[in-house]
Amino acid sequence: MAELKGKVALVTGAGRGIGFAIADTMAREGADVVIFDLCPEEAGLAAAEQIAQAHGVKAAFYRCDVSSFDTVQETVKAVIKEFGGVDILVNNAGITRDKVLLAMSEQDWDMVLDINLKSMFNTIKACYRNFMKKKSGKIINISSVSGLMGNAAQANYTSAKAGVIGLTKTVARELASRGVNCNAIAPGTIRTPMTENMDQGALQALLSTVPMGKIGEPSDIAECAVFLASDKAKYITGEVIRVDGGIAM
Amino acid sequence: MDIFAKLTEVLADHTGRDASEFTMDTTLESLGIDSLETVEMVMELEEELDAELELDEKVATVGELVAFIEKKMAE
Repeated sequence: MAELKGKVALVTGAGRGIGFAIADTMAREGADVVIFDLCPEEAGLAAAEQIAQAHGVKAAFYRCDVSSFDTVQETVKAVIKEFGGVDILVNNAGITRDKVLLAMSEQDWDMVLDINLKSMFNTIKACYRNFMKKKSGKIINISSVSGLMGNAAQANYTSAKAGVIGLTKTVARELASRGVNCNAIAPGTIRTPMTENMDQGALQALLSTVPMGKIGEPSDIAECAVFLASDKAKYITGEVIRVDGGIAM
Repeated sequence: MDIFAKLTEVLADHTGRDASEFTMDTTLESLGIDSLETVEMVMELEEELDAELELDEKVATVGELVAFIEKKMAE
């Protein structure tokens, strides 16, 4: 326990769902956490308060549009000033705008690429010098099995998530000699507000293709992220770990 | 402030060579300094010069790096 004591973890899209689970689990392991989300101020502050109360760590919410380059640079600067630096960066924020390619608008494409992929360029760039100064750091990017396999009606999402893997491997190579690990997690179908809003028949059909035959929990992703952020994973970089019940093997 | 002198001190530290060996035309590549190490040197100079010097352009020689730092400090 307390694998991450004394560390500062910045988690994007941590107002709810998988991001919240990651922030909460990292706090359980002793990390101070910073939540970036575009959710309403009240919900974000409540999420931070819940984590701080539960684990006795410092937790803060910053309302931040991670797809905006300038906003991210400014907000990360403020975080580094407030927390003294960032040790763990978890790029989790993401959205879907599913349509078959023929029906997909340019806006659907741009929005998903901006929020799911460009956002990671924005945050990694904002933290890059911080990591180089520390000569250590952990970057964990949330990809998806869709990025590995492709998925009908998700040209935008799968392209972004495949892009995340290329970005992960490049950053891993750039910063390996500086003591920074960069890895990706590729979740399968996980119980989140996104899957709760799905047509339940479609969800069951999807789950029937999962070798384990069941949906994953946000904690499955969170525990993997804690492992990658810990010293136990110090020799792992540029890796993509599937947490998917076997769907993409 | 003599930026060239400051930079050659940092270069000497990074390469193990004597500061007098460097000229404005010396290429960083010839010293075995890659782009990431250039960023690191600039970060060290930031602290020494108490300035923000985010390296946002490609520099190939000591002279180009000096010019970049002088430009940033004048901003």
